Amino acid sequence: MLGNLTWAAIPFDQPLPLYAMGVVGIFILAVLGLVTVKGWWPYLWREWLTSVDHKRIGAMYFILGLVMLLRGYTDAIMMRSQQAIAVGGAQGYLPPDHYDQIFSSHGTIMIFFVAMPFVIGLMNFVVPLQLGVRDVAFPTLNSVSFWLTASGALLINVSLVIGNFARTGWMGYPPLSGLAFSPGVGVDYYLWSLQISGIGTLLTGVNFVTTILKLRAPGMIYFRMPVFCWTALAANMLIIAAFPILTATFVMLLLDRYVGMHFFTNDAGGNQMMYVNLFWAWGHPEVYILILPMFGVYSEVVATFSGKGLFSYRSMVLATLGICILSFMVWLHHFFTMGAGADVNAFFGIMSAIIAVPTGVKIFNWLFTLYRGRIVFTTSILFAIGFMVTFVLGGMTGVLLAVPPVDFVLHNSVFLVAHFHNVIIGGVVFGALAGYNYWFPKAFGFTLDERWGKASFWCWLVGFYLAFVPLYVLGLMGMTRRLQHIPDPSWRPLLLVAELGAIVIFFAIVCMIAQLYVSIRTREVRRDLTGDPWNGRTLEWATSSPPPAYNFAVLPRVETIDAFWEMKRKGLTRVEPAYETVEMPRNSPIGFVIAFFAVIAGFSAIWHIWWLVILGLLGIAVTVLTFGWSENREREIPANEIARMERARLGLGRPA
Amino acid sequence: MTTATIDAVPAERVRGRGGGGPAPTRIVVAYGFWIFILSDIVMFSGLFAAYAVLSGNTAGGPTGSELFDLRRVFIETMCLLVSSYTCGLGALAAERQQRDRYLVFAALTFLLGAAFLFIEISEFAGMVAKGAGPSRSGFLSGFFTLVGMHGAHVTSGLIWLIYMVAQVIVKGLRPHVLRRLLCWSLFWHALDIIWVGVLTLVYLMGIT
Repeated sequence: MLGNLTWAAIPFDQPLPLYAMGVVGIFILAVLGLVTVKGWWPYLWREWLTSVDHKRIGAMYFILGLVMLLRGYTDAIMMRSQQAIAVGGAQGYLPPDHYDQIFSSHGTIMIFFVAMPFVIGLMNFVVPLQLGVRDVAFPTLNSVSFWLTASGALLINVSLVIGNFARTGWMGYPPLSGLAFSPGVGVDYYLWSLQISGIGTLLTGVNFVTTILKLRAPGMIYFRMPVFCWTALAANMLIIAAFPILTATFVMLLLDRYVGMHFFTNDAGGNQMMYVNLFWAWGHPEVYILILPMFGVYSEVVATFSGKGLFSYRSMVLATLGICILSFMVWLHHFFTMGAGADVNAFFGIMSAIIAVPTGVKIFNWLFTLYRGRIVFTTSILFAIGFMVTFVLGGMTGVLLAVPPVDFVLHNSVFLVAHFHNVIIGGVVFGALAGYNYWFPKAFGFTLDERWGKASFWCWLVGFYLAFVPLYVLGLMGMTRRLQHIPDPSWRPLLLVAELGAIVIFFAIVCMIAQLYVSIRTREVRRDLTGDPWNGRTLEWATSSPPPAYNFAVLPRVETIDAFWEMKRKGLTRVEPAYETVEMPRNSPIGFVIAFFAVIAGFSAIWHIWWLVILGLLGIAVTVLTFGWSENREREIPANEIARMERARLGLGRPA
Repeated sequence: MTTATIDAVPAERVRGRGGGGPAPTRIVVAYGFWIFILSDIVMFSGLFAAYAVLSGNTAGGPTGSELFDLRRVFIETMCLLVSSYTCGLGALAAERQQRDRYLVFAALTFLLGAAFLFIEISEFAGMVAKGAGPSRSGFLSGFFTLVGMHGAHVTSGLIWLIYMVAQVIVKGLRPHVLRRLLCWSLFWHALDIIWVGVLTLVYLMGIT
C-alpha cells in the first residue's frame, strides 16, 4: 500500500535531524497558525498563491531563495564546524553518513533553490518593466514554473524528515549514485526534486526568450534594450539549450535505478564517463545562467549610481553573447583528470582561458563607467564594487584551474571549493543582494534601510574572505574536498579562520533580516512617492512604486538606450495620455494545483507507491486538460477605470 | 512618475528592427511553442548522444543488425511521414474554416499515427520476447529509451489530437482553437524531424 515507506524512514535514532525537524515544524505551524488566526488565507490565495502577475511571482521566487539560503547556510556552518572540530583523534559530531548528506544537500540547495530562484526572481520582476510591457508572454505558465520550483524545494526538504538525502555530492556521479551503491531513497529525492524544478526552469526559459524577443515597447529595437534584458535573454537561451540535457541525463539515471537499465552501470556496457560529460554539458552553461543576469544587475547599478550611461553598451552586449556561446565549449575542464588525452584537455584548457576575455571586457566597462562618475555609495553599489574586486580574484583562480597540469594537482581539492564559492558568492550572491537593494523600492514602494544594508555588505565581504581564502591555501597544502575528518593537524588553524568567516557570514544574514524588519517598521517615512528613488535610467523607474498590475497605462515609446533618462533629460511635462482598454490575464490556481500533484507524484515515486504516482500524474493531466479547454483567460480593464486609477495614483485632478 | 509619451517614433523606422511594439498573440503563442519544441529537441539530442556512445556496448547480447527489420521500419516511417502530410492538409482546411474537411484529415492523421505506434510497440514486444529487453545491455538501454521517448511523444500527440478534435467539434474553428491547432501541428511535424534522426542513426546505421 505504501511502497517502501515505513516508520523506519523517520530517523528517530538520530537526534540532530529530529531536533531540526522539530524546530522547523514548530516554525511552520506558527506561521500557518498566524495566517489562519489573522484570516489572511483569502488574501494570500487571491493576491499571491494564484497570482500570475510577474511582479508577485518574482517576489515569491526571491522569498523562496532567501528561505532556502537559511537552509543552505545551516548546512554550511555544520560542515565548517565539523571540520574545525574533527581533527586528529577527535571525530566531531557528524558521522560520515550524515556529513555526506549535508554536503550533498548544501550544494544542491544552494545552486538550484537559492541561486536559481534569486536569478529567476529578479528576471521576473524586472524584465517586463524594463521592456515597457504589461507582463511576460505566458503569465499562467510563469506561475506554473514558480510552483514547480517550489515543489522541488519542498521535496528536498522532506528528505530531512522522511528518509534521507543523497550521499553522492551535488553532481550525483555514477556508479556511486547507481542502484548498486546507493540503494536507498537519497538519490531518488535528489533526482525527482531536480526533475520537477528543472521542468519549471525550462518553462521559464521558454517564457522569457519569447517575452524578450516578441514583447517590447514600441521603438525598443534590440540595441535599445537595457543590458539586464540582454543578459536575461542570454541566460534564458542557455536555459533552453542546457536544461533539457540535464533532464535527459536524469531520465537515464532514473531508468538505471528504477528499471535496471545500463546507461551508467559498471556492467553490461554502461558508461559512467558519459554521465559526467552530459552533466557538465548542462553544468557549465548553468554557471553562466547564474552569473550573466547578475552581470546585468551590476551594469544597471553601476550606471545608475555613477549618474552616467554604461561605458560601451555594445561591447557589453557582444561580450554577453560571446560568453553565451563560449559557455558551451568548456565543459570538459570540470574533469581534466578523467583521461581524455592531452589534445582534448589542451583544447578545453584554451577555450576556458578564452572565456575570461569577454568577462574582462565587462570588468573594464564597469570600471570606465565608474571613472569620473558622481558615485552615490548606496548598499547596491557597494555590493557591485565588492563584486568587481572579489570576482576578479575568483576569475583568476579559475584561469589557473583551466591549465590542465595545474588542474591535475588541484582537482577535487579545497582550492577548487574556494574558487567556485569565490565566483558564486562574489558574483551571484552579491549580485542578487545588489539587485534586491536596488529594486526593492520599486517592488514594495519603500526603500530598504541603508545602515543595516551596509553592515550586511561588510559582513558578507569580510566573512567571504575569511571563510574562503584559507581554503585556497589549504588546497595548495593538499587538503581534498568533502572531508568528514581532518587527518593533518597542521590544517587546523586555517580551518578555524574559515569557521570564523562562516560566523561572520551568519552576522551578514542577521543584518539582512534586521534590515528588512527595520525597513518595514519605518516604511511610512521611507515611502518612494516619485517612482524613481535612485534617479534611474531605464523604464521600470518610469512607473510608480509599486507599479499598478498593468505596469504602464500606456506603453511608453522608446527612442534611445536608457529611455527613461532621455525622457527626463528632455524635461517632460505631465500630460494625460489617451487611456485605452487594458487586457490583463486572470489569476489562475493551476500553477499551485499542478505543483501539488507534482509533489504527490514525486514523493510517491521516491517511495515506490505506484498507485499514488498514477493518481498524481492523472491529477496533473486533468488540470492541464481543464485549463487547455478554457477561454476568457484575460479580463479587460476599461479605459475610464484605468484613467480613474491613474489619476488617483498620480494625484492628478480631473482633466480640464 | 510620468506617463507622458516622448515624441512618437516613426513606426516604419523601427519596425524592421523589432521596434514595432508587442507582437500579436498568434505570433507570440506559435513562437513560444516553437522555442519549447527546440528545447525538446535538445533533450532528444542528449538521448541521441547517449545512444551513439552506447550503440557498440552490446555486452555479448544481440546487435542492431540482428534485431532490426528494415522492411517494417520503412512502413513505420511512411506512416509517420504521410501523417505529417495529412496533418498539413488538415491545418490548411482549418485555416479556411472547412470544419468537416479538417475532421477527415484529423482522423486520417490519427489513424496513421496510431499505426506507427502499433508497429513500434509490436517491435518492442518482439524484442523483449527474444530476451533483448532494455536491461540486456547498454546498447538496448539506449535504443529503448531513445525510440521509446519518441513513441511517448507520439502517444501524447495522439491524445492531444483527440482533445483538439473535441474542441473543434464543440467550439468550432475559433481564433483561440486555431492557435492551439497551430501548436499541435508544430509538435507533430517536429516529431517527424526527430524520427528522421532516429531512422538514420538507429536503424540505417545500426543495420550495417
